Amino acid sequence: MLNDSDRRLLRHLQADPAASVTELAQAARIPVSRALRRLEKLRATGVIRGIRAVIDWRALGYSVEVSLRFTLDKADPNAFDGFIAAAREVPEVIEIQTFLGKVDVRLSVIARDMRHYQEIYRGRIVTLPHIADIEALMHVATIKSQETLPI
Amino acid sequence: MIELDDIDRALLRQLAGDATLNAGKLGRAVGLSQPAAWRRVQRLRESGAIPARRLDLDLERLGFGVTVFLGVKLAAKGRVSLEDFERAVSAIPEVQTVQHVLGLYDYRLRVVARDLADFERVLRRRVMTLPGVGEVEANVLLSEERRPGPLGGPAA
Repeated sequence: MLNDSDRRLLRHLQADPAASVTELAQAARIPVSRALRRLEKLRATGVIRGIRAVIDWRALGYSVEVSLRFTLDKADPNAFDGFIAAAREVPEVIEIQTFLGKVDVRLSVIARDMRHYQEIYRGRIVTLPHIADIEALMHVATIKSQETLPI
Repeated sequence: MIELDDIDRALLRQLAGDATLNAGKLGRAVGLSQPAAWRRVQRLRESGAIPARRLDLDLERLGFGVTVFLGVKLAAKGRVSLEDFERAVSAIPEVQTVQHVLGLYDYRLRVVARDLADFERVLRRRVMTLPGVGEVEANVLLSEERRPGPLGGPAA
């Protein structure tokens, strides 16, 4: 289980994933050698899965992001697997989530502009298998995105 | 806007997997010398294509067993200040992301909790008491997959 210095290390690392071990050790008030050991252990045990670069799709020319919420035709036992396998083939799909609730699956779809979005929607999305219903939420702005945990 | 070639896209794929890779390792992965890889990563950084890093933690191992997405509709639109709502909702520690959307809902929230009872506490005490909050729809996350997006590369 995590001890207090682990928590402090994780708190600072999630606030600044580019921080050096020296900075993290200082923030957690432990020696650098111990910080190194603890961080290694957190990685080895799978608590830390990785440090990823966040890609800003807008900076790459993708100005449209739409959240598409699907209800699937669950009479077919293969509905989820079939739908998800087909959605993986669409390059503009950047997230696939499944849910318990009113929504079965959600896809995040990016496009260069509305015309490009229309192309993807008509050509690649409505043609996905096992769809019973689709709802769209157009992404306007991100207010908070750090995805930090209250550790 | 920055124009990308296949090597840039390969570099972005590598960095999206591990942002801590150095220029030497990146170069080997995409077939470039270390200085050439460094120059390209520098150019990508300066263009704003990779503005930040994200620490990827195993939520379950840290005791967060439940992730819920909430669709929130504001009641009495026009009378509520969006800024007030946004400030208050962003201050809730369990709320990981806040997106302003257009459609069925006004905001989309990603909420983490230890279990369903903990989620109920966050929902009742923190979310339902937000200024201007109206209808709320909850969907419990079962699985999540982040895709590389339109960066080419091997079709997965």
